[in-house]
Amino acid sequence: MSDPLIRVEGLSYGWGPRLLLESASFEVERGDVFLILGGSGSGKSTLLRHLIGLEAPRAGRIEIAGIGAPRLEGNAPEYGVMFQSGALFSSLTVGENVAFALHEWTELPPLAIRAIVKAKLALVGLEGTEDRLPAELSGGMKKRAAIARALALEPSLLFLDEPSAGLDPVSAAELDELITVLNRTLGLTVVMVTHELPSIFQVGKSCILLDPDSRSIIARGNPRALAQTNPDPRVQQFFQRRAR
Amino acid sequence: MIDADPIEPAPDSFGDRIGRAAAVLSRFSWSTRGGPGELEISLAGRITLDEAPALWKRVAGVLDPAQRFQSVTIDLAGVNEIDGACLALLVHLQTELSRRRVRCELRGAHPDVQRLIALYARRRRIKRRLPRRPRSVLEQIGEATAETGDALLAAFDFIGELVMATLHALRNPRTLNLRDVAFTMERAGADAVPIVLLINFLIGFVMAYQSSVQLRQFGANIFVADLVGVAMTRELGPLMTAIIVCGRSGAAFAAELGTMKVSEEVDALRTLGLVPLRYLVLPRICGLMLAAPLLALLADAIGIAGGALVAVLRLDLTLAAFFTELRQAVQLSDVLSGLAKSVVFAGATALIACQQGLATSGGAEGVGRRTTGAVVSTLFVLILLDAVFTVLFGALGL
Repeated sequence: MSDPLIRVEGLSYGWGPRLLLESASFEVERGDVFLILGGSGSGKSTLLRHLIGLEAPRAGRIEIAGIGAPRLEGNAPEYGVMFQSGALFSSLTVGENVAFALHEWTELPPLAIRAIVKAKLALVGLEGTEDRLPAELSGGMKKRAAIARALALEPSLLFLDEPSAGLDPVSAAELDELITVLNRTLGLTVVMVTHELPSIFQVGKSCILLDPDSRSIIARGNPRALAQTNPDPRVQQFFQRRAR
Repeated sequence: MIDADPIEPAPDSFGDRIGRAAAVLSRFSWSTRGGPGELEISLAGRITLDEAPALWKRVAGVLDPAQRFQSVTIDLAGVNEIDGACLALLVHLQTELSRRRVRCELRGAHPDVQRLIALYARRRRIKRRLPRRPRSVLEQIGEATAETGDALLAAFDFIGELVMATLHALRNPRTLNLRDVAFTMERAGADAVPIVLLINFLIGFVMAYQSSVQLRQFGANIFVADLVGVAMTRELGPLMTAIIVCGRSGAAFAAELGTMKVSEEVDALRTLGLVPLRYLVLPRICGLMLAAPLLALLADAIGIAGGALVAVLRLDLTLAAFFTELRQAVQLSDVLSGLAKSVVFAGATALIACQQGLATSGGAEGVGRRTTGAVVSTLFVLILLDAVFTVLFGALGL
């Protein structure tokens, strides 16, 4: 019997009077790289915000590791999150950003924290940037630093919001490679919002495709298989990158 | 019939004058021919944004409701170069004529231009919003009342959450972000000292100068010490300091938290398990409430010094006489009541600024709107609180 890490049942959400998704259900298996796909405005990032617990759904239920809705404020984080812009704390250095959760939630001495920060930054290819401010980093470096911060407390689940959006092809490929390595070597379950086709095929093990018109999930499964076999013209339009 | 004339002159119209000027400079030709109900337009030459005014004049002429065509053909075969803006005008002409059930054909265009025409002419079904009807005065008052009610509810909600966060911080002092308390004290307190000193010195100076004219008439020069001393300690020192702090730190808090909110830093903080109210707001409120009375004390002292300068230079008083009178006029309760006010003023400033900052949405424009809102609301609340204090202290005999 499968034991999904995330179980979503009958989820409905929207902004104001507009409903973006209606009665959606899906599961994310442990060790998966699960992609939330869809065109611009289909509500991918909003779905991620609901999974993280930043928004309350209008209806439905989200369970992570079988313990109900995610808890945020006042509790040690159970998962890592990388926001689309990186959302690094601009007044802190890169090292302080990565060390932030370690200072808040562990009793580790400063020297040990410094060693962990160094290792995390090396893991994402940012060794030696501890003392730099986020404003001094490029877009790709900010996203890498945000991943390092998200990994600080050794989560088993990582949420990524459009990690390769706005990056040059080389930086995007390096980030995809990093995600694959994290998934394989650390056994991280990754839930990722994206609409970058190369990333989808490079890292995705399973996915759901959101459709804004029907406000539903119109396809689910392995992205490569969907691209090759799903007959739905909307699915083919997305994977074949065809204009409307 | 061939019509290759420049645009018809039409006096008194600015648009026409522009059109004429554009026609003189234009590097394209527009010639028309046709029979009854038919119009064939031949365009030739280079048609770029510089020629757009002249072209628009021609397009508008064809679209004149007085003209009754059944078909219009636009021949682009002689066009050497056409840019997107001018093409958009031609597509507009075609669309508008089609809407009037006039057949309109663009022909002879280069294949690339045809592709661009196809893209420009692409129409999606868009649900048009109904035009907003003008709202009655009653409706506007109702809406404004509802908005004020919502804002008040949000403020009470914020205060409630803040009380809970404060209680939590009191029970677990380790969770208070002390680093930011010290940082706020330095930034909002120490860094504001020069401007607080300058403004309050001038306030004391001006107040003494203005009153000196009246006091001299009655031979009451010595009472300038009473006037400046009591006014600065009880009223102007704390109030002017609060206004300066509102402009400097209140605006900074709102803009800072607003930017953090729109750049998802506040969300990131929440996903790291921290409570923004406890981590971002409480330290700012504490820091400002600790720094403000120190600033107010400095304001009192420098304001009195400004008054003393006038007393010596203009009222022929000695410093010893001034300060002897001051000691008799100003009681400890005057100074303490002023300091108490400054603490409350600082708390209100930080609270409003942080609430507005965390309520920000909508990018840079939202940050600007909330920052302005924070300063305006704070100034109003400061004056309101000052009035309440005046009545309250009066009733208590302080």
